[in-house]
Amino acid sequence: MSGTVRLRPPSNALDHRVVAVWRTTAGIVFGPPVLVLALLGLLIPPARVWLLVPAAVIALVALPYLTALPRWWYGVHRWEVTDDAVYTRAGYFWQEWRVAPMSRIQTVDTLRGPIEQAFGLSTLVVTTASAKGALKIRGLEQEVAADLAERLTAITQATPGDAT
Amino acid sequence: MSDWQRLDPKAVAVAAVLGAGVAGAAGVPTAAGIASGTSWPVALLWVVPPVVLLIVGAAVLEHVRWRRTQYRISADRAELHSGLVVLRRRTLTRDRIRSVDLTANPILRIFGLVAVRIGTGEQTDAGEGTLTLTPVTRAEGERLRQELLRGATTETDGTLAQLDPGWIRYAPTSFVVPVLGFGAGGAVMQVSQWFGLQEELIDWVQSLSSGVPLLFVLLILAALLMVVGVIGSLGLFVEMWWNYRLDREPGTLRVRRGLFTTRSISVEERRLRGVDVVEPLGARLLGAARVDAIATGLAQQTDDEKTDHKTLLPVAPKGLADRIAAAVLREEVAPTAAARLTPHPRAAFGRRLRIAVTVALVPVLLLTGLGVWLTGVLIQLAAVLAVLALPAAVLLARESYRSLGHGLTGNYLVTRSGALRRSTAALQRDGVIGWRIRQTIFQRRLGLATFSAVTAAGSGAYSIRDADADEGLVFAESAVPDLLTPFTTSITTG
Repeated sequence: MSGTVRLRPPSNALDHRVVAVWRTTAGIVFGPPVLVLALLGLLIPPARVWLLVPAAVIALVALPYLTALPRWWYGVHRWEVTDDAVYTRAGYFWQEWRVAPMSRIQTVDTLRGPIEQAFGLSTLVVTTASAKGALKIRGLEQEVAADLAERLTAITQATPGDAT
Repeated sequence: MSDWQRLDPKAVAVAAVLGAGVAGAAGVPTAAGIASGTSWPVALLWVVPPVVLLIVGAAVLEHVRWRRTQYRISADRAELHSGLVVLRRRTLTRDRIRSVDLTANPILRIFGLVAVRIGTGEQTDAGEGTLTLTPVTRAEGERLRQELLRGATTETDGTLAQLDPGWIRYAPTSFVVPVLGFGAGGAVMQVSQWFGLQEELIDWVQSLSSGVPLLFVLLILAALLMVVGVIGSLGLFVEMWWNYRLDREPGTLRVRRGLFTTRSISVEERRLRGVDVVEPLGARLLGAARVDAIATGLAQQTDDEKTDHKTLLPVAPKGLADRIAAAVLREEVAPTAAARLTPHPRAAFGRRLRIAVTVALVPVLLLTGLGVWLTGVLIQLAAVLAVLALPAAVLLARESYRSLGHGLTGNYLVTRSGALRRSTAALQRDGVIGWRIRQTIFQRRLGLATFSAVTAAGSGAYSIRDADADEGLVFAESAVPDLLTPFTTSITTG
């Protein structure tokens, strides 16, 4: 018998609409090249094979991004805010857990891209004094994100020191 | 002391000298070119007026800049008004100021001036957090440094290290040798092309080497470039590290160095979060190491200059590097040397081996493929490459694995990794402002994970690469109490 510790998953899942955001993004990235290639392939018979084969290959690559991958990502991306720290789990092809204690948080922003906007979602960006990037929580409902940003800002302002 | 002050008026003279230098560099060849076609008087008539215009223009522009630039150091802030067209006002709060660096290039030195760079080291866009005063007199620069860095005085608590000319022997082991060598080769080709002499140069080399096999010629040329590179690296070392000394003033570490361009870099001790003992491969083979500061708010500059700013000790014997690391941190023994590091699981070696061999095999397979398709010579080349690259890959993977380790000693978290650039970083445990844990699918299968201690200082995160996923988590949890604990669960295994 030997005991060991594991990181537990953060308690909250993202808003389920984020799956649609990911699918839409994939559609916007992969859609135009496939459509253009396919259209040209139909219009230019001599080059048909050379245009339709790449179109099919790109479509094949796009398929998981439109179907299974977003579902899987939805399971991976989780977040939690306690009184002492922000804890996130994220990752598309590798998993990344991040913990930032409340006392070290410098700024809290919310961010909304056009696609997120269309689905009524926000991204919460929590920066610390480190040069190694911010904690991002993608795909929160806009109200949840705004409340969270307000709460975090209030807590961090109440904390003395310059967070380094 | 709260009056608005101006930069030193000799700035105008400096600009004129600089303008003259540029005008001379461009004007002399141009004049020579025109003169060869016509005559010298004609050439001078063409070249002198623009040269004079350039010099006067530079001086006038600098005079305007000087007139419009003012700075003020008051009790709680440092302010700078500047800008030729758009007036820019920048204010730094004094208790945010973390570095005051003085630099003087040869022209500034002739006039007894320095450039002062006041930094807050905030992680914002470049330039936002810094004020640059160019130029002020040397005395004024020193006064600013002392006033802005509380406690910094000219008298030192003691010199921690001074240049030992023998350290120059490590300079040729640096990676700058091939860079400088091939750079010089490229420059010769480029310049010969400008003058239309490239063909002649190649012919000349060919005539010299007639009758010698091509392979030998190439080897000799490469050797020549390496010799140039070695000479260049020695010159660079002398220019960078001449008169190097590391002093401790009350509350501040100060590095002074430079032959032509002198630099003074101050690191406040309360900004220090640890040290990084770096052993580039060549230096390590000779038993030498460099000491970098891990500090918040060091001047952020372009990559190559950044290494210089944080370097407290150039490549020197490892024993000395450890002693300096200890002295800088005010410890008896350097944490980087004292910690008994936990080695990483054997699986980390397998992972390194697979990555290294894959990287080495890609060009080999590519050449073989092309060889089958095009010409047999490429297959021979692929064989040579395989014979050279594969053992190197295996050796590097082994070195990389043997470098891996992490441990705790006193107040420090120590992590070591890297083969080409082995870094042993000792980071203060209360300087850790978060954790980032990464696991790829492959790492997960092997039970490995990379634990990064996030910090406001230095590169932002110091990683424990490919540690055992379970042991690493226990380690990370114990290194910084209470940070990870709420997010872990205990599980019992049979």
